[in-house]
Amino acid sequence: MERKRASLKFLVTVMSNQAASTPAALKHTPLNATHRELSAKMVDFGGWDMPVNYGSQIEEHHAVRTGCGLFDVSHMLPLDIRGANVRPFLRRLVANNVDKLQVSGKALYSCMLNEAGGVIDDLIIYFMDESWFRLVVNAGTAEKDLAWMEKMNAEWGMGLTLTPRRDLAMIAIQGPAATPALNNALPGVDSITAHLKPFNAAAMGEMFIARTGYTGEDGYEVMVLAKSAPFFWKALMEAGGKPIGLGARDTLRLEAGMNLYGQDMDETASPLESGLAWTVDMKTARDFVGRAALEKSEITKQLVGLLLLDKGVLRGHQKVLTKHGEGEITSGTFSPTMQQSIALARIPLGIAPGEEVEVEIRDKKLKAKVVKYPFVRNGKILIS
Amino acid sequence: MSIPADLKYTPSHEWVRVEADGTLTVGITHHAQDLLGDMVFIENPAAGRSLAKGEECAVVESVKAASDVYAPVAGEVIAANADVESSPEAINKDAYSAWMFKLKPANAADVAELMDAAAYQKLVESEAH
Repeated sequence: MERKRASLKFLVTVMSNQAASTPAALKHTPLNATHRELSAKMVDFGGWDMPVNYGSQIEEHHAVRTGCGLFDVSHMLPLDIRGANVRPFLRRLVANNVDKLQVSGKALYSCMLNEAGGVIDDLIIYFMDESWFRLVVNAGTAEKDLAWMEKMNAEWGMGLTLTPRRDLAMIAIQGPAATPALNNALPGVDSITAHLKPFNAAAMGEMFIARTGYTGEDGYEVMVLAKSAPFFWKALMEAGGKPIGLGARDTLRLEAGMNLYGQDMDETASPLESGLAWTVDMKTARDFVGRAALEKSEITKQLVGLLLLDKGVLRGHQKVLTKHGEGEITSGTFSPTMQQSIALARIPLGIAPGEEVEVEIRDKKLKAKVVKYPFVRNGKILIS
Repeated sequence: MSIPADLKYTPSHEWVRVEADGTLTVGITHHAQDLLGDMVFIENPAAGRSLAKGEECAVVESVKAASDVYAPVAGEVIAANADVESSPEAINKDAYSAWMFKLKPANAADVAELMDAAAYQKLVESEAH
């Protein structure tokens, strides 16, 4: 079923309400006042009052691909897990294997599954030492994740301490000019950035610097004490960083072929049908939550990239028609880098890259080509 | 941006200009484009199509979202703006010159039911608070 489109009146009403007032119920990051000073358009993003853009979303998108963009991602939750049994706990808790983490600072992307093999959340795990791992989980799932982890901690008798770090703010600094911007904003940090490899992190007092991101560009995700965040943000802007809203964050991650929790996978979707098989480690006999269900499951779908050949814009929930049956777009947008519409879609197995499918948009069936994603990495288009 | 006094408006954020020959030129308001953000795709009704008042007849898509545009009054489409279809960002630059389509109204008197600039201004303010 195609999702009913909103009328202009509805959209304008909803967006005006979001933009105009800040209901007390909405949660604020430590940078909320900073965004307002910058005249950001604020929206209710899963209960958080967040900037969707500061002007043109497309210009913000290009700024990250060609220079340096700054994102407030403080709505995501850093979570410290401490105790003697952190590694055994995480071995059972998540689908990827934390034994890949042997060097302090190394990061691992993983799904946390339920017993049925559905995805409770996707997260990043940083190994600091044998008694301290730091996780970063999604904002919308943070409470659910924490409850699940505490339950498992008790059930398995692990005796761990789980500490949500709402006292921290997190700023992503992304783009080819991210390193000079961070070095200029934070004197002395160059001794770290010079040696920090992708997907590694270093702690410097309460500051935590990770070479990770959600844009397909080089860059960092830096955690600082909440009270330091506005000053740090301004220093990054003076060093050339441009504020980027959640709107461009979504087009950047989709071009980079990165899944978004709640759209491309959720508790009802198998990671094996969500393009995440590479994160599910079944090479060893390791028992983890969801493994038995995955091993019994029959895989009939795959997540693929789509490139719209006709004019229009692909959107989530549009129906995809293939020679092997129907599928559905999980995320779709207009790609500012490619100047055409792209999507991730869950479609039947047996449809290969290069083949054409049809997408139902309103009353039309438009042509799209199946492609291997990512679409864009490090500023370059990878799809021809 | 001020709301042009010489135009008429709908509660669904279309603007309408009554031309000297009685035909209507239709677009979406500055307020609507401001909230929708960067426009990337416009689908206009074909010339010759007959529209009922309030009928979904065009689509504007920004990077963010797709939304319907409604016929402000009943009438026949006499032209669609191909320039705005090939350059949707024109609506972001100047919503009141980037028209979408022209209508020949079925009843000239229907135009009187549209909102004037003052009424539309009030609507925008009421939605903002």
